[in-house]
Amino acid sequence: MRLSLNSRLSAFSALLPALLVMLVVYVGATSWTVWMSLTNSRMLPNNNFVGLRQYEMLLGNDRWITSVHNIVIYGVLLVSLALVVGFLLAVAIDQRVRAEDTIRSIYLYPYSMSFIVTGLVWQWLLNPTLGIQHVLRSWGFEGATFDWIVRPETAIYCLVIAGVWQASGLVMAIMLAGLRGVDEEIWKAARVDGLPKWRVYVSIIVPMMGASFATAAVLLSTGVVRLYDLSVSMTNGGPGIASEVPAKFVMDHLFERANIGLATAAATTMLITVIAVVAPYLYWRARKGGMR
Amino acid sequence: MQKSDVDIRSLQIGFGGLKVLENLNLHIAKSEFLVLLGPSGCGKSTLLNAIAGLIDVKGGEIHIGGRDVTGAEPKDRGIAMVFQSYALYPRMSVRRNMSFGLTVAGTPRDEIERRVGEAAQMLRLTGLLDRRPSELSGGQRQRVAIGRALVRHAGVYLFDEPLSNLDAQLRAELRVEIKRLHARLGATMIYVTHDQIEALTLADRIAVMQGGVIQQLDTPKKIYREPVNRFVASFVGSPAMNFIPGRITRDSGVEFIAGKSRLSLNGYAFCGQPADAPAVLGIRPEHIELTASDDPSSVSARVEMVEPMGADTLIWCRLADGTAFSFRHDADAHVRVGDTLTVRFPADALSLFDETSGQRL
Ligand SMILES: Nc1ncnc2c1ncn2[C@@H]1O[C@H](COP(=O)(O)OP(=O)(O)OP(=O)(O)O)[C@@H](O)[C@H]1O
Ligand SMILES: [Mg+2]
Repeated sequence: MRLSLNSRLSAFSALLPALLVMLVVYVGATSWTVWMSLTNSRMLPNNNFVGLRQYEMLLGNDRWITSVHNIVIYGVLLVSLALVVGFLLAVAIDQRVRAEDTIRSIYLYPYSMSFIVTGLVWQWLLNPTLGIQHVLRSWGFEGATFDWIVRPETAIYCLVIAGVWQASGLVMAIMLAGLRGVDEEIWKAARVDGLPKWRVYVSIIVPMMGASFATAAVLLSTGVVRLYDLSVSMTNGGPGIASEVPAKFVMDHLFERANIGLATAAATTMLITVIAVVAPYLYWRARKGGMR
Repeated sequence: MQKSDVDIRSLQIGFGGLKVLENLNLHIAKSEFLVLLGPSGCGKSTLLNAIAGLIDVKGGEIHIGGRDVTGAEPKDRGIAMVFQSYALYPRMSVRRNMSFGLTVAGTPRDEIERRVGEAAQMLRLTGLLDRRPSELSGGQRQRVAIGRALVRHAGVYLFDEPLSNLDAQLRAELRVEIKRLHARLGATMIYVTHDQIEALTLADRIAVMQGGVIQQLDTPKKIYREPVNRFVASFVGSPAMNFIPGRITRDSGVEFIAGKSRLSLNGYAFCGQPADAPAVLGIRPEHIELTASDDPSSVSARVEMVEPMGADTLIWCRLADGTAFSFRHDADAHVRVGDTLTVRFPADALSLFDETSGQRL
C-alpha cells in the first residue's frame, strides 16, 4: 500500500515522541553506561579511559562471583519450578472444579503484590523464631527445623521459594488459557482410545502447549534478570553476601559504595549476557517465522 | 473382528434441568449401517456420545454385543469413534496417532504394526505414515481419524458428522470410501449427520430425529417415499417436498380439494379410513408430471420461475388459487416464465398429512 506524503508525515510525527524516548533513554543511557565502564569513575562520572580494568576487577570480586552464581541458581530453579507448579495448578483448575473463579483469583493474587511485600511476608514465614519452624515447634514437633534463610548455603533457595510463590499464579493463568484451547473432541478421542488422564496430559496436551510454555518462560526470565527487591527485602543479600544478586551489586556500587566504574561494568556484563541469550532465540524465531 | 449389535432401552439423558433424550428405544442389528439424521440440536451427538460412554445417562440401559455397558468406560465397550473435528493428536505422526491407544493398552508390537499397516493400506495412507496431522489435507486427516478407529478392531464404529468439515467434492469421495469400508468390514456402524444425501446414500436404515425423539426409523426408500409426518417429509429430500393445503372429501370417490382444483385420490394407500377433514397434500418435485390438457385429473398452473440445475430443471409454478409448488423436468424442457402448463399429481406418489397433527393419513 502506498501512503500519501501527508499521511506518512502525520504517522511519523505521531511516532516521534516514542522514537525520541527510545533514542535518548535507551540507546543514550546504554551507551553512556558502556562508556562509563571503560573509565575509572568513582563517586562522580569522569572520562579517564582505563580500558577493561574495571572488568578485570569485577571478575576478581567475590561478591560479584557469588551474585552471578546465585542468579544462575535462582533463574534455573525459578523458571522450571514456576512452570511446573503453574502448570499443575492450571491442570487442577481444569478439572471443572466448583468456585473456579474464586480459586483462580486467589492463585493470581500473589502476582499483584510487589516483590517488597512478598519478600517481607516470606521473611517472616521463614524466620526460625517467628515463622514456620516456630509454629511447628509450638505444635509439639520439637525437632522441626526450617532455618534455610539464616544459613548461607541455603539462603538463595528461600528467594526461589518466594519467587515461585509469586509467579506461579501468572503461569497458571497462561497455562489455563492454553488448556482451555484444547479441542474437547481430543479428550473424547483419548477416552475412547483408553488413555489414562495423566498420559493424555503428558503425551498429548503438553506437546500441544509449546507456545504457552514459551510465553511463560520468557516472562519469567525477564523477571530473573531484574531480581533486586526480593533480595533486598527478604535477606538484604545476607547472611553475609550469601544471597547477593547482580542487580543489587550494581545498585549498591552505584549509590552506596560510590564506584560508578565497577557498577557500570557489572551492568554492561549483564546486558551482554542477556543479548547473548536472547539474540539466537530471536534469530531462530525470525527464521522459523520466515519459513512458514 | 467381532460384530456387535446395539440395543438402547428407554434411554434418558439430560444436562442439568434440560432433558435432551427421553425414553428413547433403538435396536441396531449386527453389521447394520444406521444413520441418525436430524437438524442441529436434536440430540444426535448426545445419543452417539451416550453409546460411546462419553456422557452419563440419567436412566435406561445400553447393551452392546449382548453385554450391558451402561456404566462401562468407553474403552471397554468394544467401540471406536470418528469425530467431526478429526481430533487427531497434533504433535504425533500419523503412525503414532493410530498406534498410540494400542501401545498404551499393551498390545504386542508386531500386532500393532500389522493393524496399522492394514488400516493404512485400506485408507491409502501408507505414504503418509510419518507426517504430522498439520502436514495433511482435510480429507487425509479424516482418513487418519478413521484409521485410528479401525485399528481398534471394534465391534461398533461411531461417526459424528465425520465429513461436515470437508468441501463438497471430498465429501462425496469419502462417502464412497466409508460405504466401501462398511461393505468390506461388515461392522456395525452408527453415523450421525444432518446431510440427507449422506443419510440416503449410506444407510441401511435411517433414524430421523427431532427434539430428542426418533420420528421415523426405516429404510432410506421408505423414509423418502412414505414419510410418517410432515417433519420427516420436509426434512428429507432436496429440493424440498411441496405442501398444498386443502381438504379431503368423499362426495364422489375420495378426492382432495385445493381451491377450485379437485384431485382424485384413487390409488393412494391410506393408513386408516379416509375422513372428510382438512389435510395437507405433499408431493415431491420429481413426481409431478406434465400431461395433456384434456386429462380429467390435471390442474393448470402458471410458470413463475425456472431454475436450471444441470441434469434437470426446477420449475416454480402457481395454481389458480395462489398455491405455489415446484417440479422437476428435463433440462431440455422449453418452458418459459409466464407459460401455462397442465400437470398431474399421481395419486400413488402423494403423501397426505393431517392438518393439525401433521401425521400421515
Ligand atoms: N454439555 C452440554 N451442556 C448443556 N446442554 C448441552 C450439552 N451438550 C448438548 N447440549 C444440548 O443438548 C441438545 C442436543 O445437543 P446435541 O449436541 O446432541 O445436538 P446435535 O443433534 O448433535 O446437533 P448438531 O447437528 O449441531 O451437532 C442441544 O439443545 C444442546 O444445547
Ligand atoms: Mg452434533
